[in-house]
Amino acid sequence: MLKEYTSVSVVSGPLMVVENVAGVSYGELVSIKTSTGEERNGEVLEIKKDKAIIQLFEGTQGTDTKNTKVRFIGETMKVGVSTEMLGRVFNGTGKPIDNGPEIIAEQRLDISGSVINPERRMHPAEFIQTGISTIDLMNTLVRGQKLPIFSGSGLPHNKLAAQIARQAQVKKKGERFAVVFIAMGITNEEALFFKNEFKRTGALSNVIMFLNLANDPAIERIITPRIGLTVAEYLAYEKGMHILAILTDMTNYCEALREISAARNEVPGRRGYPGYMYTDLASIYERAGRIKGRDGSLTQMPILSMPDDDITHPIADLTGYITEGQFVQSRDLHRKKIYPPVNVLPSLSRLMKNGLGPGKTREDHADVSNQMYAAYAHGLELRNLVAVIGKESLSELDLKYLGFADIFEERFVKQDYEDNRSIEETLSLAWDLLSVFPNEELKRIKEEFIAKYGKSKDKKMKGKIKSEVPVTGYVEEPGSKIDVVPEPLKKKKTI
Amino acid sequence: MGKILSIAGPVVKADGMRGCKMFDVVRVGEQNLIGEIIQLKGDTVTIQVYEDTRGLTPGDKVESTMMPLSIELGPGLMKSIYDGIARPLPIIAKMAGDFITRGIDITALDHKAGYEFKPTAKVGDKVKGGDVIGEVKETQLITHRIMVPHNISGEITRIEKGTFTIDHPVAEVKTENGKKEKLLMYQKWPVRVPRPFKEKLNPETPLITGQRIFDTLFPLAKGGTAAIPGPFGAGKTVSQQQLAKWSDAQIVVYIGCGERGNEMTEVLDEFPSLIDPKSGKPMMERTTLIANTSNMPVAAREASVYTGITIAEYFRDQGYDVALMADSTSRWAEAMREISARLEEMPGEEGYPAYLATRLAQFYERAGKVINVNGTNGSVSIIGAVSPPGGDFSEPVTQNTLRITKVFWALDAQLAYRRHFPSINWLTSYSLYDSSINSYFKEVAADFPELRTEMMTLLQKESELQEIVQLVGPDALPEEDKLVLFTTKSIREDFLQQNAFDDVDTFCDIKKQYLMMKMILSLHNKALKAVKSGTRMGVIQSLRVKDKIAKMRYSKEIKHDVEQIEKDLKNELREGS
Repeated sequence: MLKEYTSVSVVSGPLMVVENVAGVSYGELVSIKTSTGEERNGEVLEIKKDKAIIQLFEGTQGTDTKNTKVRFIGETMKVGVSTEMLGRVFNGTGKPIDNGPEIIAEQRLDISGSVINPERRMHPAEFIQTGISTIDLMNTLVRGQKLPIFSGSGLPHNKLAAQIARQAQVKKKGERFAVVFIAMGITNEEALFFKNEFKRTGALSNVIMFLNLANDPAIERIITPRIGLTVAEYLAYEKGMHILAILTDMTNYCEALREISAARNEVPGRRGYPGYMYTDLASIYERAGRIKGRDGSLTQMPILSMPDDDITHPIADLTGYITEGQFVQSRDLHRKKIYPPVNVLPSLSRLMKNGLGPGKTREDHADVSNQMYAAYAHGLELRNLVAVIGKESLSELDLKYLGFADIFEERFVKQDYEDNRSIEETLSLAWDLLSVFPNEELKRIKEEFIAKYGKSKDKKMKGKIKSEVPVTGYVEEPGSKIDVVPEPLKKKKTI
Repeated sequence: MGKILSIAGPVVKADGMRGCKMFDVVRVGEQNLIGEIIQLKGDTVTIQVYEDTRGLTPGDKVESTMMPLSIELGPGLMKSIYDGIARPLPIIAKMAGDFITRGIDITALDHKAGYEFKPTAKVGDKVKGGDVIGEVKETQLITHRIMVPHNISGEITRIEKGTFTIDHPVAEVKTENGKKEKLLMYQKWPVRVPRPFKEKLNPETPLITGQRIFDTLFPLAKGGTAAIPGPFGAGKTVSQQQLAKWSDAQIVVYIGCGERGNEMTEVLDEFPSLIDPKSGKPMMERTTLIANTSNMPVAAREASVYTGITIAEYFRDQGYDVALMADSTSRWAEAMREISARLEEMPGEEGYPAYLATRLAQFYERAGKVINVNGTNGSVSIIGAVSPPGGDFSEPVTQNTLRITKVFWALDAQLAYRRHFPSINWLTSYSLYDSSINSYFKEVAADFPELRTEMMTLLQKESELQEIVQLVGPDALPEEDKLVLFTTKSIREDFLQQNAFDDVDTFCDIKKQYLMMKMILSLHNKALKAVKSGTRMGVIQSLRVKDKIAKMRYSKEIKHDVEQIEKDLKNELREGS
């Protein structure tokens, strides 16, 4: 029988201090019984001699310093994992909430996971076709990568994530694919959207959902992703499945982290977030990957809404330093009714170069992607310029670039929610768009590829350029500003 | 032996530890976790633990090894991959499987492997600390020189030849007080203490990296220090890896400090298959990697930088030119901040400890071109990546780093977004070595420094002209200014941009850099003459030779190309005018 303590001395925010304890270990799971008999879970955050500081996942409401009973379980927090979990819905602490039976655990695993030895990691290089041109061609996703969507309030990141989850496929057949959906502090409506989407497309039996909704305890959000990723790791590395983990919304996670930090009177870092947020986020993101000699893979797609669309906000910033690239959504494109509003310029996939090329996608992939980037970037520069000086002073070639930026957005970026383009279709579309330029302008593409795939036969403008599209003036977003030459690096103010 | 009092993250307090020294390594708890004493107060000590502390309980034992955090230095360092406290990761994988478990106690070097020892000293020789007594051919590229430990000097009474393990005493020295000391092929060194040297010299030769913007515009000297700060996605890691791959240092130590696991894997996968252009041998043969990924314990991250620099200094002592890449020093500083916060120290700027600047300075000061204790020359160059939050260079780590380092390679997100790589901003970057190593460049070509100045002047002029263009459009410019824009576009696209993933372009030797620069400027000057005598810019813009210049970076036969371009240029300009 475990010893029960009633020596709670302090309750503050999500934290509780218990005195005169003995034999308590750091990180240990704690079970708390309030005076009304309600059970709560917590974790030991710090021990000072005989004093233990506990964080309660489900909030401290209803606890008191007289009758509340605290038991130390003697082990760190674990979750029971099983392949039976596929198709099921759980709450933020891993309890089923779909009226189904309890899960019979095949194994019980520590939710913090273990660090993969870098020497045993396999370098991710398997192309995932998402059917979305801006991703497949320009920011290729590979298995085992962690690639977040940087979004803002009101932007369709959920739709994009759902579309990727639905369409994602690799070229090999006969592999088992599943989605682990981890919700942190999103609204019931948003959760329902995903649930219905998975149901509608018949994918539900291959989805595990962990839902911590906006009205659930905030501190629970600290453990929800860890529980979800532990299950995901089990399915990937033990059962050889290919897992896509969608984590939304990381901003809520970080808010919870800040709340605990503030309650502990820690020295705050930038914007009040704790100084160890980088390490903490890394302990989540770094759980993506592949391991040599094991079949499965764990790909992560965290979603975070950047407060005020600010890419330099600590949450987006630290995430960007850990993840292998980012898809950045643009409010400007969204306003132009372009879906998915992926702003390709600040978007990036660091592992892209490994996932493309002959045998994976196509030999001309890298060159075409580079050319599209360069041409679009130049087109946007001109758009800024034209806003000031008008179109008259542009050369014929520059007008082509200006037009290219428009058709790039209208035809290449814009894509229907149900539109699932294969990489060949995307490449063909890209060549179509590039055909407005004379061949010698395609400096980033090898000549042999131009000869093989090129569509411009050096005739005059084949694709019709809508140069009549009104230039609305490219609204600059933080992080997407295009200078003709870089100005000396500006100093930004930070709080 | 002491007992744990309190635990908070990686920081553990224990009492009953009177007699322990600052920075002694301790073993904590039943699992023998490795830690280091960082504060003493009576018989209470504060320990930073290099492994996950979950599961520790007050009352658990703490044992001191009475030794500071040290690393074994000897044959076997090359081609190795270590964690932050110099434990070989492949061995950890063998012992623990795919995931890293706790309390693994292994040494940096393989004590079972045999190395062929060839003595270079003989019986009767008087030797002192740092002197070379023999050699081991460690890899195809590196001859490992076995040195006398710094605390021993005397006369060699016995020296052997043959294949031994590193624990075998290969020689014996009789010290002045008559004591006999056995010499092994390895020695231990506390990582936080800089290894001694005789004299520091002024760095005078450049570290050639094969990267045009670095070598030509902002060169780093062998023994110098450089900082590469940049926001995420600007290409810090690719730049660091390019430097690790192609720099003409003889030894490379690469510290992945708090970075991505998959990126370390990339280095691990790629380096063994890369061939050194000079020796034709795999790059890995001269490389040591230290990997502390972002989810590995934070205290070990703090130590990883010291582990790396100690290995670098050890090879410097053998007379090698060593380049050390630390990616990223910001993670190291953050590790310090995290530990400092747990110690409840009074924070300095942005929560960083007040000693941040001192620690950074101490680290970079371990670089340098030196005369070693044994009389040889060696150097350690440090290239530190900095990851400023939000790309804001005014933050403390960047600012304190810039106060020390002599070369500043400013990465620029705007350039990266336009896929201009390496995205080094040519207007804000600088090198303070460019004059001290000018004699080297003059040997490459007498007019090298002038051409470089000319190129920089043009780029400077371009930024001024761009401001005007933004207001009035390019057509309003006089023809000569249009030519400046024409040339600088070529400089930016054909010279400054370099494709790390192209087989040829990834490395550009200094001669080729010179020829490329010369061709671009030669076109400019000839065109300028033509424009002054009335040729329209339209003619210049349609010169076919321009495309040939653009293709030079992919050319293997640069000399041949240059002749062709010069000929074409002359002909075309004649036709045009």
